[in-house]
Amino acid sequence: MAKAHVKMTVNGKEVESLVEPRTLLIHYLREHLNLTGPHIGCDTTHCGACTIDMDGKSVKSCTVFTVQAEGASITTIEGMANPDGSLHALQEGFRIMHGLQCGFCTPGMIMRAHRLLQEIPNPSEDQIRFGIAGNLCRCTGYQNIVKAIQYAAAKLRGETFAEAAE
Amino acid sequence: MIPGPFSYHRPKSISEATGLLADLGEQSRVLAGGQSLIPMMKLRLAAPEHLIDIGAIAELKGVQRKGSTLVIGATTTQHELQQSKVATDAAPILLEASLLIADPQVRYVGTLGGNVANGDPGNDMPAVMMCLDATYRLTGSGGSRSVKARDFYQGTYVTALKPGEIVTAIEMPVPPAGHGWAYEKLKRKIGDYATAAAGAVLTVSRGKVATCTIALSNLSDTAVLATDAAKAVIGTALEKPAVEAAMKAARAVMSPASDTRGTSDYRIHVGGIMVERALKKAFSRAKG
Amino acid sequence: MNAPVLTREQREAKLEGMGCKRKRVEDIRFTQGKGNYVDDLKLPGMLFGDFVRSPYAHARVKKIDGSKAEKVPGVLAVITAETLKTVNLAWMPTLAGDVQMVLADGKVLFQNQEVAFVVAVDRYAAADGVEAVEVEYEDLPALIDPFKALAPDAPLLREDLKDKMTGAHGPRKHHNHIFEWSMGDKDLTDAAFAKAEVTTKDIISYHRTHPTPLETCQCVASFDKIKGELTVWGTFQAPHVIRTVASLLSKIPEHKIHVIAPDIGGGFGNKVGAYPGYICAIVASIVTGKPVKWVEDRIENLTATSFARDYHMTTEIAATRDGKVTGLRVHVLADHGGFDACADPSKWPAGFFNIVTGSYDFPVAHLVVDGIYTNKAPGGVAYRCSFRVTEAAYCIERAMDIMAQKLGMDPAEFRLKNFIKREQFPYHSALGWEYDSGDYHTAMNKAMEAINYKGLRAEQAAKREAFKRGETREIMGIGVTFFTEIVGAGPSRNCDILGVAMFDSCEIRVHPTGAAIARMGTKSQGQGHETTYAQIIATEIGIAADNIMVEEGNTDTAPYGLGTYGSRSTPVAGAAIAMAARKIKAKAQMIAAYMLEVHEDDLEWDIDGFRVKGLPEKSKSMTEIAWAAYNKPPPGLEPGLEAVSYYDPPNMTYPFGAYFCAMDIDVDTGVYKVRRFYALDDCGTRINPMIIEGQVHGGLTEAFAIAMGQEIRYDEMGNVLTGSFMDFFVPTAVETPNWETDFTVTPSPHHPIGAKGVGESPNVGGVPCFSNAVNDAFSFLGTKHIQMPHDYWRNWVVAEGLGLHK
Repeated sequence: MAKAHVKMTVNGKEVESLVEPRTLLIHYLREHLNLTGPHIGCDTTHCGACTIDMDGKSVKSCTVFTVQAEGASITTIEGMANPDGSLHALQEGFRIMHGLQCGFCTPGMIMRAHRLLQEIPNPSEDQIRFGIAGNLCRCTGYQNIVKAIQYAAAKLRGETFAEAAE
Repeated sequence: MIPGPFSYHRPKSISEATGLLADLGEQSRVLAGGQSLIPMMKLRLAAPEHLIDIGAIAELKGVQRKGSTLVIGATTTQHELQQSKVATDAAPILLEASLLIADPQVRYVGTLGGNVANGDPGNDMPAVMMCLDATYRLTGSGGSRSVKARDFYQGTYVTALKPGEIVTAIEMPVPPAGHGWAYEKLKRKIGDYATAAAGAVLTVSRGKVATCTIALSNLSDTAVLATDAAKAVIGTALEKPAVEAAMKAARAVMSPASDTRGTSDYRIHVGGIMVERALKKAFSRAKG
Repeated sequence: MNAPVLTREQREAKLEGMGCKRKRVEDIRFTQGKGNYVDDLKLPGMLFGDFVRSPYAHARVKKIDGSKAEKVPGVLAVITAETLKTVNLAWMPTLAGDVQMVLADGKVLFQNQEVAFVVAVDRYAAADGVEAVEVEYEDLPALIDPFKALAPDAPLLREDLKDKMTGAHGPRKHHNHIFEWSMGDKDLTDAAFAKAEVTTKDIISYHRTHPTPLETCQCVASFDKIKGELTVWGTFQAPHVIRTVASLLSKIPEHKIHVIAPDIGGGFGNKVGAYPGYICAIVASIVTGKPVKWVEDRIENLTATSFARDYHMTTEIAATRDGKVTGLRVHVLADHGGFDACADPSKWPAGFFNIVTGSYDFPVAHLVVDGIYTNKAPGGVAYRCSFRVTEAAYCIERAMDIMAQKLGMDPAEFRLKNFIKREQFPYHSALGWEYDSGDYHTAMNKAMEAINYKGLRAEQAAKREAFKRGETREIMGIGVTFFTEIVGAGPSRNCDILGVAMFDSCEIRVHPTGAAIARMGTKSQGQGHETTYAQIIATEIGIAADNIMVEEGNTDTAPYGLGTYGSRSTPVAGAAIAMAARKIKAKAQMIAAYMLEVHEDDLEWDIDGFRVKGLPEKSKSMTEIAWAAYNKPPPGLEPGLEAVSYYDPPNMTYPFGAYFCAMDIDVDTGVYKVRRFYALDDCGTRINPMIIEGQVHGGLTEAFAIAMGQEIRYDEMGNVLTGSFMDFFVPTAVETPNWETDFTVTPSPHHPIGAKGVGESPNVGGVPCFSNAVNDAFSFLGTKHIQMPHDYWRNWVVAEGLGLHK
């Protein structure tokens, strides 16, 4: 099959490649661009470990062909830290609130939470739980992930989230 | 899980897309959001030689209200539909049902057109469209035609869509002000298809149901309009016997398969309960 | 300028030692997408392998034709059992003393069994190649129901064992029988039942499920032909065991095998065993001379590698009319699938199932386990479990409820009446264990108060009356569980894996500037070892945890260890850390005495160094001592400050806990809502409370999933019905309940720091608690025992059976 030319912006940098049209975006990111933060957990669009931000949408990159991302602007977990290298409020929140254990779901979880907080800056617990329901975690039971997102939401609003990690 | 190889086409207009479909023939498939098709391709249950990606066609996007008709472009995503005040003010059931589909990420990408067009009985929007008496605009290289949602579904993955045609828009009459609506879906978890689901749209006059439509998801080989069930409640204030008659009539048109969600008799039983709940909620929301 | 003088509290806080909620060091990389998992690895020229799998559960393989596949662009080789026979690897030994086909040799015994291995330049070409391999099968009758396995006319599954009527664990009584294992005193137990006032007998089944970590099993094998060395990166919970097994199988000398387990995306027991994918990747690398990667997809993971449970337990309790238990008799039918690939210590074919007497003072007990073959995937791994302890806890905790119901006693009261008392520890159980410590009454009473048990029962009574009056369609259940675990395998007199004794190890090197590195024989899969191990060292030798690097997973640098599973890291490796640290501390004391010009006995330990007794201003910190250890050691003492400890525990540890659940069930839809779940855990000394609570949350979530729907289900043809995350229940944040955690502390008397392990407790205790809640909800309507899983549909079936829908 003829290869297709794709051009997109990933973490602020423009990239161009020739890819087989069937190349899934997750494989393009991981294997062509060496961005191994997004992971593959289920192959069937259920677990969300591959979640990235694409043109302001949370997207499961295992269920998008690279060619569909033509012209898109993509952010992966690797593009989340602040410009000065310090952790983004979400990255910090996940650490402070013990919102991760094995770390495999974390990049997808943070990317999804990132978009959620863009849309709902002060979400309730129920809104967070509903908002991250496309991301599976096998380690944490979600309770501290909810708190991590609340922590980040507060910080991004310029407030403090007092509650300690449970 | 890796999809098979294919050639990729990214038309910029409807006519270019239908032209490609006509030229490439039966080995081509239309790719909208891809949230159903790509998983099928990864499992190699679908292996088209050509994919025609309609995601870049601007004229397929957007929601418009034209008088008493709501027109929704086929590649409008579930997320865009939820964000459209025009759509959700006119027919709030669209929002209620849309939020019950899959999960947030899938809703950002999955389209209304894809949901109604692929003929999966587990999809939620076909029943909603039947409730709202929507019409699908089908366009081929030879022109366009309209088919009512209620006439569109023929069997699992079998629809009135002819080779070479694309669903380009979904049109529906705006339900009357003060109507009641509900979409009730029982599922095992977020991301699952319905064990049983029912939608209801009704109007109330002087405390009694004046008009009513009920449709069911994943309770047969297609979405089903439960006409007799709706008839059973018209003229009533949803008194117990009327609701029971509606549940009975609805259950009579259900024929779900037994699967990991439960046996057929279970799904029929709870299907009736979804009808009951949808009716009661819709009635409570109606004014008049 | 003088450094500010720190208070004792400040000095202690600076260490971030045991007992503090230290934030995890691992998270710095994980939150930035900089974890280093197996599939992230990319080597020059690396190939990719993928499996052709059987669509049949039981079939003869007539022909495998790889010729078309070999013509697919990018495909380099199609490996079959015939290829593997040339290197004597068509079959491999299992941890349980059986043998398992690496690739189908003449027949297949379960759906998705590995049939051929396609090697290609990348995963896309490999998948194309898999599709092009043509296999001719002759379908054979499938044996799925374990209760039919031992019927005289049951199909013969293992033709290779047809004439071998003795297996790894003694005589086999049928062609589908694997072993019979018994414990306890049969005659005394039979006698107790003969004179019992009240008895119960029920088949209590724990269905087949799967550990399903979010990262599947995967590896990269790279064989260097010039050096004759093999390097394998893989998702290994026990890297050293993999190295030893690889050496024994491949005949490559063990020093020329390098096994590296990088970051692991969850294990839960799935990544203990050796799978055909590892063997095939290694062989493919040897054949091609290139690195070969193998990565399972989720369907393969669920259907082919390592199920858990599938125990069918006929359970009898004998008791007096006033509620004292007098005997326990259990017969287990253990469904092992097509091969016995259980990951248990080798002498324990049913793991530590003989902990089945639980927290109760049974004077006598007798246990028989029959292992059998069926046409299902092999495995039988300890899914967040210490070798069949979850099955045992479920068995006894359900059975205790059933007996309480028969006696008309409250289940909590019945348990309190039969607990082993504090003064009975160390306690010798009727099935052979020595429980090291426990204080069950204190824990149970604390839990009952915290959850307001009396209040919940009163509310339930009122709700039941309302239900009977037709005012509600909801019934309320209260789940009560008190579990005792047995973890920390194990004493080498009891426990080995293929002859390798189950000790564990730690090597600590203190550098001249007072920073340190600790290397371990265990392997974290998310438990946070890099964080907690450093805390133990910090407390033991006064080096701030931030100045200690913990390294695991590289067999070249780590001391030999048996890995992480069965909650053994803290009980065994945690002890090795303390012992290694104490060796360092002893040497440090000699150095400090020399520096301070006093006798060693005149020194005392003070948080982060030694001081002279009675003269606290005369002291040396560990930093100063470390410098001196290298640069000015006392005459006659060799320089350096490091130690290794191999720790062989004198006994297991016995964590316990009291769990309560309040749940409502809608009888019309079967839909349940968990209203409250309270978990009190006693894991002895608590190293990092934040991590403990995180472990409890995660384990409870797994328990919730298992009890309420997570199963590997087969149809009668042997097709897996729950082979992806569509049907295999992994709850999202929406379904998952909120968890309340609590604790008591009863330190282990034989462990150097008193810790017992906690990772598995919530799974062990959680499952019976949920199941007891469902059973309790229905019990007033006349049910006795309802089998798991308790998904909506099955709850509805129970209600239907009770005539509640008429």
